Amino acid sequence: MEKKWEDMSAEERREARFETWLSAEGVEFQSPEAEATYKEAIMRFKDAVLMEKVPDRVPIFMFGTFMQPDIYGVTPYEAMYDTKKLISAHRKFLVDFKPDYYLPPIFGGKGKIFEILGYKQYKWPGHGVSKESVYQTLEGEYMLPEDYEALIEDPTNFWLRTYLPRICGALEPLKDIGAFTDIWELPFISTSMIPFGIPEVQNAFKALLEAGNEAMAWIGEIGAFEMEARGMGIPCAVAGASKAPFDILGDTLRGTRAMAIDMYRRPEMILKAVERITPIYVKQGVNSANFQGNPVVFIPLHKGADGFMSDEQFKTFYWPTLKGLILGLAAEGCVPWLFCEGSYNTRLKYLTELPKGSCFWIFDRTDMARAKKLLGDTLCIGGNVPSGMILTGTAEQVKEYCKNLIDVAGKGGGYIMAMGTAMDQGKADTLKAMIDFTKEYGVYK
Amino acid sequence: MAGELAKLLSDLKEPEALAFVEKALGKGVDPMDLLGETKEAMKIVGQRFADEKYFVPDLIFAGEILKRMVKMMEPHFKAKKGEEAERLGKVIIGTVEGDIHDVGKDLVVFMLDVSGFEVTDLGIDVPVQKFVDTIKETGSTVVGLSGFLTLAFDSMKETVDAIQDAGLRDQVKIMVGGGQIDEQVREYTGADAYGKDAMEAVALAKGWIGG
Repeated sequence: MEKKWEDMSAEERREARFETWLSAEGVEFQSPEAEATYKEAIMRFKDAVLMEKVPDRVPIFMFGTFMQPDIYGVTPYEAMYDTKKLISAHRKFLVDFKPDYYLPPIFGGKGKIFEILGYKQYKWPGHGVSKESVYQTLEGEYMLPEDYEALIEDPTNFWLRTYLPRICGALEPLKDIGAFTDIWELPFISTSMIPFGIPEVQNAFKALLEAGNEAMAWIGEIGAFEMEARGMGIPCAVAGASKAPFDILGDTLRGTRAMAIDMYRRPEMILKAVERITPIYVKQGVNSANFQGNPVVFIPLHKGADGFMSDEQFKTFYWPTLKGLILGLAAEGCVPWLFCEGSYNTRLKYLTELPKGSCFWIFDRTDMARAKKLLGDTLCIGGNVPSGMILTGTAEQVKEYCKNLIDVAGKGGGYIMAMGTAMDQGKADTLKAMIDFTKEYGVYK
Repeated sequence: MAGELAKLLSDLKEPEALAFVEKALGKGVDPMDLLGETKEAMKIVGQRFADEKYFVPDLIFAGEILKRMVKMMEPHFKAKKGEEAERLGKVIIGTVEGDIHDVGKDLVVFMLDVSGFEVTDLGIDVPVQKFVDTIKETGSTVVGLSGFLTLAFDSMKETVDAIQDAGLRDQVKIMVGGGQIDEQVREYTGADAYGKDAMEAVALAKGWIGG
């Protein structure tokens, strides 16, 4: 007899999500060995993260934005405009490097879609930066100080009628549509349709349709590759993403400068806003986990790193809602993957507040020995292989570095070998050394 | 002992600091004296950043208050512009080719400027040749290369190489910083030093130029 979702504990929900992930519905495995490899990889990850037992060996995460294309001579522009070339590079990477998991080749998205939307918040290869460069964000105040009220009052309405019109030229006319909550009962239906008769508004919807068609074609190709990758015995490492509420404000809406100023001029508005949007970003993560049949929710962390704010500011503005996001996701049985670029040495004490096995942290420049000491009994940690060493160092250096990581951070389980950043570039010999060495030396006996 | 304005600004008391400036200007206080106090304040701010009492938001906000103050003072400067205080030395800063990130670079420029250096800010996505030309034009002795992306590693190396090829390498000290830069990457680029934040950039420049 199956228990209803609402009656399940967080642990039972997590277990159910792992079961779904393991079941690999619809996957045609290339061989029984491939199926076994697939399941072993998931169990390895599960054991490392839940910290109930020592995994068979240290799991390895290979996270790249344009790393795989770069290794095979596919430019960032090609990766964003020629999905076949992108997928071909990712396929070769899986065959040549045999990683434990794959990350879906979706991070660059499809260049054509950004063109159709007239997207302005980033520059991307061939559009504002060279075809050899990667997408880069344009810091800006996409939300103005006076918009806080509107965001807090109704985030969706703000997104639809203010944020999207500002970041996408083709969607600018959406600022003229009414609030959908104005549409109630027969007398108001007809008048509410008037904005949709405005030619400019109609063009905005046409752009959305066109972008939607592009997205469908793109995800069709990506999806087929994903099934193929799983068939090879390589599970997907992640379901989808969410974001720390403070970073939604600091990265997405206000920008670094304006956010710093807000911390002094309107701190109470920041606090109201981050609290308002926290459940929304819990939902985004849960929805992605439901849709993908995978419990892992990726959360890139930015403005809370060491140096980016004081301990007091972190405690006040950043941590409470990040913690809320993590606990909210964990309560739904998701496994939040905190991706922690920069260093988090001064924040580790806060991480001790998190329940055992509730999430895992991939660190960049954090002191791993200290992280292990503070979190070793409760949370899985990972990462810390420097991108600079991968790109400019030797295979021997990388092996030595990984050995130390396994000895120190990997002791007794609870560690994932990974680089501390999402790689825009790759170098075959050092990456191969990192993977092969960990497969050999990282076995727990 | 810092004056009242220096204290207000360094403590980031925006309304009080602005009110002080407004009142002082109304009473006919020489804006150059006020400016002197703001410099004193920024020294304190820089020191607090180096001591990890202040962090990036505090540095940005100090810059924001300072900007508003200077704007208030501007109409009162009259013909005194030429009296610009003597600068410690010339520094060139830019985000290297292919990289358009500017938050970190702007903080370095700001802290070098308030620390008394004459800074030529070349902006973002700066071509290799532009650094070479600017060294020749300005006679700067320190060059700071900023980069957030790993792609910046090669751009930095190419920039250092180009400075070498132009025969200018002995005339300048080169520092790198930002994003994924570390000591190993510094070595790869051939730069002289790596700094992890804006105050380390100031310390490096002071070490090379003096002041």
